[in-house]
Amino acid sequence: MKALLEIDGLTKRFGGLQAVDRLGFVVENGEILGLIGPNGAGKSTVFNLINGVMAPDSGRIRFRGIDITGKSPFYVARLGLARTHQIVQPFATMTVLENCKVGACFGHENLALGRARKAAEEACALVGLDDRVTMLASQLTIAGKKRLELARALSARPHLLLLDEVLAGLNPTEIEHMVTVIRGIRARGVAILLIEHLMQAIMNLSDRIIVLNSGQKLAEGKPVEIAANPAVIEAYLGDPSLAASIAIEMPP
Amino acid sequence: MLGFAASVIDGVLVGAVYGLAAMGITLIWGVMDVVNLTHGAMIVAGMFGLYLLTTALGIPVYAALLPIFAIGFFAGVFLYWIAVHRVIGRPPLMSLLSTFSVNLVLIGLGTALWGTRLFNVAVSLPGLSWGRYTFPGTHILAAILTAALAASLYFFLYSTRIGKAIRAVANNREAAELVGIPTTRVLSLSFGLGAALASASGMLIGTLFPFTVLSGDTYQLKSFIVTALGGLGSPTGALMGGIALGLIEGTVTPFVPVSWTLVIEFVLFVLVLIAFPSGIFARRRT
Amino acid sequence: MLLQRPCAWLIALAIAAFALTPLIGDDVELRESLLLAAVYITLASNLNIMLGYCGYINFGSIVFFGLGGYICVYLTSERAWPLVAAALGAGIAVSFLALLFGLGILRLRGPFFALATIGVNEAVQAFVANFEPWGGSSGVYISTELFQPLGGPGRALWVIYFLLVAVMGLSLYLSYAIKCSKFGLGLLAIGQNEDAAAVLGVPTPLFKAIAYCLSAFLPAVAGGLYFFKAAFIQPSDAFDLGLSTEAIVIVMLGGQGTITGPALGAYLYEEMRGWLLTSDTFSNFQLVIAGALLLIIVLFAPGGLMGWIHERWPRLRRVLE
Repeated sequence: MKALLEIDGLTKRFGGLQAVDRLGFVVENGEILGLIGPNGAGKSTVFNLINGVMAPDSGRIRFRGIDITGKSPFYVARLGLARTHQIVQPFATMTVLENCKVGACFGHENLALGRARKAAEEACALVGLDDRVTMLASQLTIAGKKRLELARALSARPHLLLLDEVLAGLNPTEIEHMVTVIRGIRARGVAILLIEHLMQAIMNLSDRIIVLNSGQKLAEGKPVEIAANPAVIEAYLGDPSLAASIAIEMPP
Repeated sequence: MLGFAASVIDGVLVGAVYGLAAMGITLIWGVMDVVNLTHGAMIVAGMFGLYLLTTALGIPVYAALLPIFAIGFFAGVFLYWIAVHRVIGRPPLMSLLSTFSVNLVLIGLGTALWGTRLFNVAVSLPGLSWGRYTFPGTHILAAILTAALAASLYFFLYSTRIGKAIRAVANNREAAELVGIPTTRVLSLSFGLGAALASASGMLIGTLFPFTVLSGDTYQLKSFIVTALGGLGSPTGALMGGIALGLIEGTVTPFVPVSWTLVIEFVLFVLVLIAFPSGIFARRRT
Repeated sequence: MLLQRPCAWLIALAIAAFALTPLIGDDVELRESLLLAAVYITLASNLNIMLGYCGYINFGSIVFFGLGGYICVYLTSERAWPLVAAALGAGIAVSFLALLFGLGILRLRGPFFALATIGVNEAVQAFVANFEPWGGSSGVYISTELFQPLGGPGRALWVIYFLLVAVMGLSLYLSYAIKCSKFGLGLLAIGQNEDAAAVLGVPTPLFKAIAYCLSAFLPAVAGGLYFFKAAFIQPSDAFDLGLSTEAIVIVMLGGQGTITGPALGAYLYEEMRGWLLTSDTFSNFQLVIAGALLLIIVLFAPGGLMGWIHERWPRLRRVLE
């Protein structure tokens, strides 16, 4: 069966910097795939290339069998691919519900306003924002804004969700809540591609992990395998705290 | 009347001055993502500064350049604090409107003071002859002074501490803040510098052509055309774009009635923007 | 559905007020000043679609008004079209041109788009000024014969007035309909954060072009009616950038992004302008004062009057949108 997302030979260069170098991997339906790597490894660039914010220099990206290489962000969104951002970008003067309605209206289901409202309400309930739907987005806390970013992407009822460091800046309680939410999303059949620096969380959540270093795929496999992989540890020695956390986190 | 080739060369000379004006726009945009719509008013300020200094105070024409540059700088810093500081973080719409409104006020005051009559600063300089053609001395000197100012700007941006601070803020404001650079001061300084470049170019244009209070808008538009050609954020691009515009004017004006020149430039502007959103000469910015 | 919200009824009330008050007293002076107000409200409401909803400034929005005027004058005097057909024809022609042009320039981001709009106005004005069949720079007169089908000059002025009030009403309803629609939601998202909107699936270049096209239609019709009534059109009046500027000030003053804002702003601005013109000291300073006002609004009250009202009395948000 065809994979949901297929990436092949993806390359992107910024002036003198090779950000992504002949990268290839797949995301299967219903799985959670984690993307990790030291800072500057090219992870966010990969996201930007997938959802159409940038066009790759070479390579192919296929989503649900359709070639989306270099297509615009709204084309990709219409096919059912949603994305959250590391730096949250809420529509400040709109309410939480209205923010989510935008996602619902313009996602692949192309809902009318009435049904979009329902989809938005469902998404808000899923992330735990249902008590704040009429609040202006600008009035939310950081944690609230992160939830809104997720709810907005979910409202589109995507097939694949790209999560860009959705746990960054949250306290332990909030992190625990988000992890539960992410599992809940997967339970509904949405595949997730996840960038995260919080090792424990990403190791626990992901079915498979891909390790990126200097734009290239360093390793790929189950979390247990990755944690034991010497090349990965070495790459992270440039970031000793992360190396230590990989070593500690994995059960024997 | 200059022949075709001579017209082209003359166009390049004048174009250099357009490039200087455009550097003012491009610097401010590069540093703070603000499109400065008071640019036209600053150009006019330079023109009228020249007029006042030479006729009222009897200062020799080219000696007015540095005082005008300085006054333009301080005016720019002042304008930054009035119109730009509060809207820095906000959507670009707001800074467009705020600088636009200041421009309205300034040009309005200008027309109230000086009406719409034509002013002219008579400058007599020996020209340079080449065969049958004579290049006006004013054009040549203006181009030379432009080159000197452009070179000084380069030196300032690349070899002085303040210049490096400006480039740092342009590159990444948050990082510059973290490293301890006083970003607000740098922003106001950059805006002042941009305004100073505009005034200086206005002064030079005043030595070349007659002007009215409303000329500012025309040259502001030309500055934007230049930045469309050369790419926003690049001083080299601004200079190249200016020369390109000068070249186009030099080749087109002998054949076309004057009232159409600006229209043609505008159509070109829009076409270039659509075809090359980051400018023909621009290097890609990450 | 649409008529459930109180705003729809407020608009109807305003139209009725405009239509009836001068009629009752047969007050020609009132009619003329209300006509001007109706034109301002039309220009401002339609400008609001780009400025308030999408967050894109159209500095040269007056080009729709002027071009509409020229086309209508041409259709009525050269082609003997009846007035309403000619005005509508002008509206359709101008909005079609706007759609084509918009598809091109709306790929540009905010500041460049704004500059390009000034360029459009200047280019069209220069073109018309050089275009002899349309009178060149001295303009075109239309014969008062053309007022006969409307019942003679006196009655014609009333008919045109009611038509302009209708156009004003349609502009307000258009603003309202867009705001209630999915299309409007997309526009508002673009206005808030264009990149985020695109990532969510809003087809940004297309929506912006449609907004631009829609914002051209009614001002063009209004221009057709206005210049037909004046029986004279010339480039400097038709393409007066000062009017575009005033429209921008009006939208910001009243409250960009709202429906009642532009109407309120137009009323306030008209009052202020009237007062300024009678005062000797200030009449030259019209644009200076407009500029100063705009600056204060942008710096301290970017939501305009309606924004302030909504913040102060949040309950009114549902009524006065």
